Amino acid sequence: MIVADKKPIEEIIEEVTGKERILILGCNECVTVCEAGGKKEVGILASALRMYFLNQGREVRIDEKTLERQCDHEYLDEIRDIVDDYDAIVSIACGVGVQFTAEQYHATPVYPGVNTCFMGVTERRGLWTERCQGCGQCLLARTGGICPVSRCAKRILNGPCGGSTKGKCEINPELDCAWQLIIDRLKAVGRFDDYEQLLPIKDWSTDRAGGPRKVVREDVQE
Amino acid sequence: MSEKTPSKLEKILKSGQMAVTSECGPPRGSNPDAVTEKANLIKDHVDAINITDNQTSMTRMCSLAACIRLKLMGLEPVLQMVTRDRNRIAIQSDILGAASFDIHNILCLSGDHQNFGDCARGQNVYDIDSMQLIQTVRHMRDEGKFLGGDDIERPPRMFVGAAANPFADPYEIRVPRLAKKVAAGVEFIQTQCIYNLDKFETWIKEAGDRGLLDKVYILAGLTPLKSAGMAKYMKNRVPGMDVPDEVVKRIAGVPKEKQAEEGINICVESIQRLKEVEGIRGFHVMAIEWEEKVPEIVERSGLYPRPQVD
Amino acid sequence: MRLQYPSSVKIVRVPCTGKVDIQHLLRAFEKGADGAYVLGCMEGDCHFNSGNFRARKRVEQAQRILETIGVGGERVQMYNLSSSEAPLFVKIANEMHDRILALGPNPLKQKKREMALSNNQEMGVAAACGSGVS
Repeated sequence: MIVADKKPIEEIIEEVTGKERILILGCNECVTVCEAGGKKEVGILASALRMYFLNQGREVRIDEKTLERQCDHEYLDEIRDIVDDYDAIVSIACGVGVQFTAEQYHATPVYPGVNTCFMGVTERRGLWTERCQGCGQCLLARTGGICPVSRCAKRILNGPCGGSTKGKCEINPELDCAWQLIIDRLKAVGRFDDYEQLLPIKDWSTDRAGGPRKVVREDVQE
Repeated sequence: MSEKTPSKLEKILKSGQMAVTSECGPPRGSNPDAVTEKANLIKDHVDAINITDNQTSMTRMCSLAACIRLKLMGLEPVLQMVTRDRNRIAIQSDILGAASFDIHNILCLSGDHQNFGDCARGQNVYDIDSMQLIQTVRHMRDEGKFLGGDDIERPPRMFVGAAANPFADPYEIRVPRLAKKVAAGVEFIQTQCIYNLDKFETWIKEAGDRGLLDKVYILAGLTPLKSAGMAKYMKNRVPGMDVPDEVVKRIAGVPKEKQAEEGINICVESIQRLKEVEGIRGFHVMAIEWEEKVPEIVERSGLYPRPQVD
Repeated sequence: MRLQYPSSVKIVRVPCTGKVDIQHLLRAFEKGADGAYVLGCMEGDCHFNSGNFRARKRVEQAQRILETIGVGGERVQMYNLSSSEAPLFVKIANEMHDRILALGPNPLKQKKREMALSNNQEMGVAAACGSGVS
């Protein structure tokens, strides 16, 4: 899922100071799972902001709403009738949701309330780690299901580098060396010989480098 | 292996003689004397001089410029190139720039992560990795073509090298990794500095068993220890370094003023032992900020004078 | 034991302090509470294993938020005791009472009053000008 982390309240306050009718808009999917932007976090942020503005002697109306997600038109449409009641929306969905909300509601300022970080997994509650960078040409079949693009700090395709130490990465002794993981897994699935296959130079044109991307599926378009 | 380049290093290795290389780190500034002075200290005692490429991600004068300066002095440079800072366009471009000055040796590396250096907040590139860089140089040289497919006018004629670390984790892939580099097209290897001679000899024997020693020239890397403190630091704080307890004990066992001398002794003895090991075709002496000791090490190891080749 | 504790302390019973959500704490202050504290079982003795640990984390989070927005993080606290320790209960109640007394009332209450007053004044002026109250 997309993993995000809450922005410091001070940052959000700075953006919306001066606004008088704010809607805090949450999302029920990824950011709920990583406890950054779901209904509960909407409640917490709204409460905190209400108290802050009250303490400043300012009358600010702060409402709360959580959509199923903010990356589909149907769900964003649900606030179409109320959006004009507000002079700002703080969306605590991921960056995708913030942008789509802004696109749908052109005339209403939309501010982000979380920092969107990566595509990753819940290792356990309170610990989310990166797994995928969306390179567009998945090579997991070659590396035993472990991605060197997202899990190797140098995205080396023929690793490990000389800095791998006791299975950990040179930049952080708590970070697993992706190539150690790959080697262990290739051994575990009986494909250790695959290690010597040279992975060729990657085509990064489907990655960020190639520019903003899209996926088109004519078979499902109307 | 037939000679494919005008590289002096390749000629010496092909002739069956032991080769000796060393390295210089460029300055953290634009002073050319910093390069020429170091080079002058060692030039008669080595066959080729490596210039490091923003080592440990500390921004320095670029390796290419410093290599050109060596070339202008009439010396033989080895261009170290990391893939951390350059995409494939810049890599091919720098290779051509080097080739235009008839620089004939390149060492292909991935490079330390920028986290270690003075620009930890910067982007890194890693468009290609060190193995793919080996393939790239060979492609440019042997096919005479850019990666994009077009022909290169006056293709580079470079002798292609890479690093190897027989002591890094995981141990089980140390020889397969060497095999992979050989398959990628590497022609010479400079190893990480060696203190554990037994382990090193095991590695090279395993490489020999796989038939790799016929396909690549291996230069054993050595760094003389300056002090017991340095030995302990290398042992405990540097990843991928194997410094056996006996070595630390030996240098710690002599009084402080004598430790540098003992470090040189250890280095010379290592060279003399490794000279007899099958598959060792030369030595890469890395005396960082201690370049003035290189002549002594080379002479005492019986590797002086250096062979003359045309 | 019929010990006395300050009447300023109002008790809200929960089956386990793990049930206390951070929003409960924040809302209390929104509505004008001067202080709040969570009284959980001794660490390690939670009947539900880790309810009191969760409560502590939430109290800490609330402290940070209240500090940032200027209400004051010290107004919310976490304490642990076992259910038989009545004297400790009283001691804690007194401690909180004294702490809040020293910190003064919730600043939000004053602000609410001020704002209501200024609103009334505006309305009053409007009425006096004959413009009516909308």
